[in-house]
Amino acid sequence: MQDHLLSIVLFTPLVGMFVLLLIPKGQTTLIKVFANLVMLAGFLVSLPLWFRYDRSNADFQMIERLEWIPSIGARFIIGLDGISLLLVLLTTLVGLVSVLSSWSAIQERLKEYYAFFLLLQAGMLGVFLSLDFFLFYVFWEVMLVPMYFIIGVWGGPRKLYAAIKFFLYTLLGSVLMLLGILTLYFHHYSQFGTYTFEIAELMRMNTPHTMQMWVFWAFFVGFAIKVPMFPFHTWLPDAHTEAPTAGSVILAGVLLKMGTYGFVRFSLPLLPDASKDSRTVAAIAWLSIIAIIYGALVSLMQKDWKKLVAYSSVSHLGFCTLGIIALNPNGLAGSVIQQINHGLSTGLLFLIVGIAYERRHTREISEYGGLSNVMPGYAIVFCISMLASAGMPLLNGFIGEFTILQGAFEVSKTWAAFSVAGIVLGAAYLLWLFQRTMFGPITNPKNEHLKDLNLREWAYTLPLILCCFWIGVYPKPYFEILEKPVAKIVKRLQPDYYRSRGLPDPLPAPVPVARAARTP
Amino acid sequence: MNLEFTTTDFFVLKPAVMLCLFGCGILLTDFLIPQRQKFFNALTALVGLAFTGVVLWQQQSFWKTNGDLAGLSGAVTIDGFGLFFQWIFLISTVLAVILSSRYLDIEQEHHGEYYALLLFAQTGMTFLATSTELVTLFIGLELMALAFYVMVGFLRSDKRSNEAAMKYLLLGAFSSGMLAYGFSLFYGLSGSTKLVDVAQAIAGREARDPLVFLALATTSVGLFFKIAAVPFHMWAPDAYEGAPTAITAYLSVASKAASFAFLLRIFQTAFESIRPTWEPLVAGVALATMTIGNLAAISQSNIKRLLAYSSISHAGYILLGLVSGNQTGMKGIAVYVLVYTFMNFGAFAMVVAMRNRQIIGDDLDDMAGLIHRRPTYAILMLVFLLSLAGIPPTAGFLGKYYIFLSLIETRHYYLAVFAVLYVAVAAYYYFRIVRVMFTSEAASGGEISDSLGVRVALAITAGFTLLIGLYPEPFLQAAQRSLFASLR
Repeated sequence: MQDHLLSIVLFTPLVGMFVLLLIPKGQTTLIKVFANLVMLAGFLVSLPLWFRYDRSNADFQMIERLEWIPSIGARFIIGLDGISLLLVLLTTLVGLVSVLSSWSAIQERLKEYYAFFLLLQAGMLGVFLSLDFFLFYVFWEVMLVPMYFIIGVWGGPRKLYAAIKFFLYTLLGSVLMLLGILTLYFHHYSQFGTYTFEIAELMRMNTPHTMQMWVFWAFFVGFAIKVPMFPFHTWLPDAHTEAPTAGSVILAGVLLKMGTYGFVRFSLPLLPDASKDSRTVAAIAWLSIIAIIYGALVSLMQKDWKKLVAYSSVSHLGFCTLGIIALNPNGLAGSVIQQINHGLSTGLLFLIVGIAYERRHTREISEYGGLSNVMPGYAIVFCISMLASAGMPLLNGFIGEFTILQGAFEVSKTWAAFSVAGIVLGAAYLLWLFQRTMFGPITNPKNEHLKDLNLREWAYTLPLILCCFWIGVYPKPYFEILEKPVAKIVKRLQPDYYRSRGLPDPLPAPVPVARAARTP
Repeated sequence: MNLEFTTTDFFVLKPAVMLCLFGCGILLTDFLIPQRQKFFNALTALVGLAFTGVVLWQQQSFWKTNGDLAGLSGAVTIDGFGLFFQWIFLISTVLAVILSSRYLDIEQEHHGEYYALLLFAQTGMTFLATSTELVTLFIGLELMALAFYVMVGFLRSDKRSNEAAMKYLLLGAFSSGMLAYGFSLFYGLSGSTKLVDVAQAIAGREARDPLVFLALATTSVGLFFKIAAVPFHMWAPDAYEGAPTAITAYLSVASKAASFAFLLRIFQTAFESIRPTWEPLVAGVALATMTIGNLAAISQSNIKRLLAYSSISHAGYILLGLVSGNQTGMKGIAVYVLVYTFMNFGAFAMVVAMRNRQIIGDDLDDMAGLIHRRPTYAILMLVFLLSLAGIPPTAGFLGKYYIFLSLIETRHYYLAVFAVLYVAVAAYYYFRIVRVMFTSEAASGGEISDSLGVRVALAITAGFTLLIGLYPEPFLQAAQRSLFASLR
């Protein structure tokens, strides 16, 4: 099985970046074509993962390992399970789409732009594929730098402020997370006498409750800033609004998922006691609910189209974290699906803002109105994405939010009740946005001669829309992929979850976890 | 006591002898070289350094098979610690020499003494890293310091350089005086100038003995001056700003490394038994150093001053390794100093590259739009700055990694939290430079005057900054070998 497929997926963008650096600066078309080809290649090589992935196996698959720094026990280990599989595919798809969308939007310093984008892509893939905490941390930090430049060089009027704010916020969170990682690492050493960052090894540890709590909150700061959860979200509207379209798409589509992925991959399985501590659950659940409602309310208030979409991310990600902290199969699976959904539909919404911005160079909602008269194709695409984002049945958002609510309902009816309010508000701000920009007569003469979508714009919106329909109509393959990995996490947190509810256990064999086996 | 000069003594002294010989040689041959061909002096210095490297390598291979060796009645030793630091000094001096040639031409101050002084300074450092006896240590320190006083003021026609040299001299002399006072107390306590005896005498005393405390206080003040730790850091920004940039680089890297070698040797031998007394003190100084260094750097508009404050904050991080004091901490200090050598030298080499006959090149705005003018240089500078900020996969992260880990291992959680928070503060001011380089319009400062020397220096420093970050294993093993026997 050692055919290094994952390495190929991971390093395609990186190799592409180095080759790109060799192309002379003046060859702009060549640079663009090449960057698009690299992303396309990256997407194509990641497709076999979908078919190769063994859905009946809950463990990490296609693992590749190499010694890297033996002195500190850091290894190059990459592998994936269902959760990372979906996020990797999302990354390669959204990466391709956003590079294609930059074709005419980015006019200056092309070479640097595409080089940074490819580096960013490699960093994000690395985050989702790493099974070694040290490696994970390296990738986690690596992608900060290109993102800083993408916002800071090619962004809007307040780009420098937004870029450094994004950078410092994330850095602050990640260095605290580093302390958490080091604490676990050293604790593992004192228990087993070997230094290792390997996640599978760290899971064997018996960590005292107090230490788990401290480490959990250290991780929490790192991941919550990335998600971003409610009190840590202030960097997001700035970064999303100021970034160039493709930057916003990648930020919303993929980067935010790194935070939620961190919770699912690290916080929950490594620190089960702290994760199911009632204080933790209550705190995170209520922060999520505040995010859902607050994000939606602030979205309602926005006069800036892009800012509205940015704040809607806060609300949607609130659902993702709520699903995670429900700690049951529905909540977790729904959360991962919703992460994918958010990547698709919010990615689409940012692309749509970008298309309008390219034509009019303004993001004020009041500048638009009646666009459906001149841009019918555009209006259809916008309509579908908007409905997907609002959670309309037969589209993807509905599946994600419904499953999360199921999970939340199982734990607390109050949570579910408050979150439903968020869905209603979500529909309100999205429909109102659509109405203000698309319907009615054209009030602004500048909008009278706008061109409808061209071929390239169709090319990058259609794949995302198809995925939206696919997940909305037939989500079964996605749930199949997620079933085992999610069950593994749930059993680690609540060993009798399935038995006590009389549900069929998706993982009948005893989970190789010492504590889970000992529980009577 | 046997006072005969044996071949062992000579073997132990060989690197210092080599450096001295070539230093004196340069002073002599300088008379024979016409003004236009002063670069021959640089070549002579490089040859001398190459010989020193060979000798060091001999000592290293001897040490690997036979272990530690003491010479001159135990005044100077060959041990892993000394060897590790000597390699760092050697690298720094090589970089300083190749960086200086072109720079001195621009400043029109090309004199042979300059290279001789570099070699003499390294001789002093050699003793600081290898000596285990108070008088030898003190002579080494003064040899290094005197060479630096002259080199800092080397630009005779430049007011800033003169002012810097004067400040550095006065404060340096004061700190040496404090140190000498501390050493005299050591002698009073133990009746011997050897660190081993001093350590024994201190261990034999009561923990709260005022005399021991006085010796500790005065010695620490002297040492903290040398590493520019807060509150004894005032000289550093001025000296760094005024000195010729190549010397600033050398001062910030080699002199700091040597002073740390000195400090570690004193604290780890003489003071190890009274660790509970000084640990909170050093922790406080480290915290203050990181705080002042980082906060003061934020508002600087001169790159040399900014880097001066940043190097103050780095000293704070290194001190934290001493606070933990376990194997990881000490290894962390070794790694940190090694990494710091490359990244800080690289950053200053960039400032040297910016200097030409029209502009001084040390203002933040002189870097404006560097990415348009010289993309390669901008990217190299980005690598150095990321490394200084401690962002993986550059080498700087590894140094910080060890320091943080050692703090966690020894349960200094609060210090660890402060230390990581200042990483974010530091990132802010390093990214001020990045922002200017990458997002501003190109400055009208004229051509960038790079020379072969600058390019080589940048290639070496950037190469190692990335190499240590991506494949650190051999360097970590070297750091492991540098530990004192008690920690290995």
